[in-house]
Amino acid sequence: MLGFGDRGWGFALIAGALMTLAVSLTGLLIGSVLGSLIAWAKLSGHKVGAAIGDAYASLFRGLPELLVIYFVYFGSSALLTATGNLIGIEGFLGVPSFAAGALGVGIISGAYQAEVYRGAYLAIASGELEAARAVGMHRLLMFRRIIVPQVLRFALPGLGNLWQVALKDSSLISVTGLTELMRTAQVGAGSTRQPFVFYLAGLGLYLTLTFVTDRFFEAAEKRATRGLKRIHG
Amino acid sequence: MMSLDFIWQTFLRLLAALPLTIEVWFLSIVFGGFVAAGVTWMRVSGILPLSLFARAFIFIFRGSPLLIQLFVIYYGLPSLPFVRHSFLWTFLREPFYCAVLSLALCTAGYTSEIFRGALAAVPRGQVEAARACGMSGFLLFRRIILPIAMRQGLPAYSTEIISMTKATALVSMVTLWDVLNVALKIRNDTLITYTPLLVAGAIYFVLNYILARFFVWLEFVVSPHLRRRLH
Repeated sequence: MLGFGDRGWGFALIAGALMTLAVSLTGLLIGSVLGSLIAWAKLSGHKVGAAIGDAYASLFRGLPELLVIYFVYFGSSALLTATGNLIGIEGFLGVPSFAAGALGVGIISGAYQAEVYRGAYLAIASGELEAARAVGMHRLLMFRRIIVPQVLRFALPGLGNLWQVALKDSSLISVTGLTELMRTAQVGAGSTRQPFVFYLAGLGLYLTLTFVTDRFFEAAEKRATRGLKRIHG
Repeated sequence: MMSLDFIWQTFLRLLAALPLTIEVWFLSIVFGGFVAAGVTWMRVSGILPLSLFARAFIFIFRGSPLLIQLFVIYYGLPSLPFVRHSFLWTFLREPFYCAVLSLALCTAGYTSEIFRGALAAVPRGQVEAARACGMSGFLLFRRIILPIAMRQGLPAYSTEIISMTKATALVSMVTLWDVLNVALKIRNDTLITYTPLLVAGAIYFVLNYILARFFVWLEFVVSPHLRRRLH
């Protein structure tokens, strides 16, 4: 039943796992854009910018993930339908569930990533920034050569954690009908009447995903910090 | 569409569902706390089979989504004939118990790591001093290790408690009428998209805000030694 033959669900589950990876990765990337914008707003020193950043972060860290995903899914479709009606397209317009799901996961992840990036930026030794200015780098060059590489290095452990969170949150996207791992397990459980086998297989695949990608982040961290002296270990 | 009266009616209906959300939240934190204490004890016991079991427990419940854990328990277990014919069936056929069980096990996975970190953070010197005064066993644990560990673990534990409020929203997936599920039903019945979910969001947000304030206060109360240093 879980095999890879004609009547097996093996390929479907693997495809679901790949979809989970794709939608989580897209969510993480959307979150990194939102997160860096919020971190920038908070660090800018602008009162209004900082207030907006704070409000965003505390709002999306205080709401249930499932509610956010429902809201983004229903909300964006309603918005699209309303806009469609305005320009003369009749009837209901649904936002693709992949886009809505990735956006939902990304919005949540962004609220947490903002803190990771802010902490990473503050961890850059101020002497480095001064030195960059002293050799005449303008802002964009300094951002590209000095700030980004170091922020990425310092943010990597935090991002690794948030990747795991995004991976697990992505299971909630199943409510939008996207056939990722959770949804595939549900469909398999329903059509074969073997819920225990299918949910357990799904759980096993999630564990595999989190375990394997965790090793990947560990390796990346090791590589990114190879030039740093460690206090311990 | 966004009439005040509709918002008020929605608010009242969602408020009526709040006790269930809080009940699930409270019971799973309490049971999860006990399970976590047991798992932590096994993890640090120094007995290999116990510590391996604890590691596996933590790996499984932290490494997979709560939703699929909930479905394994609610849909999966009752489909096994031997579960259906055992005393477990009286509990597992009720979505409420399934929800509490799965939330409790999941939070126990995270909480036991918090407990372990808190235990590891108790300074060695404190334990040595207590031993030098002649304390040992349970007295040492009760008077020295536990209070220090509780203080150390509080910030991480408060984060876990707050994320549990958010996790309770998943019980709407197993037919329980919690705040989110009632909001979804109102949306479904009235075809009004934003208002019910916004009002539900406001309820969850206020709940978490109160919890966050409470823990800030609690942390202040239990760390007088840090306060004095500020002056």
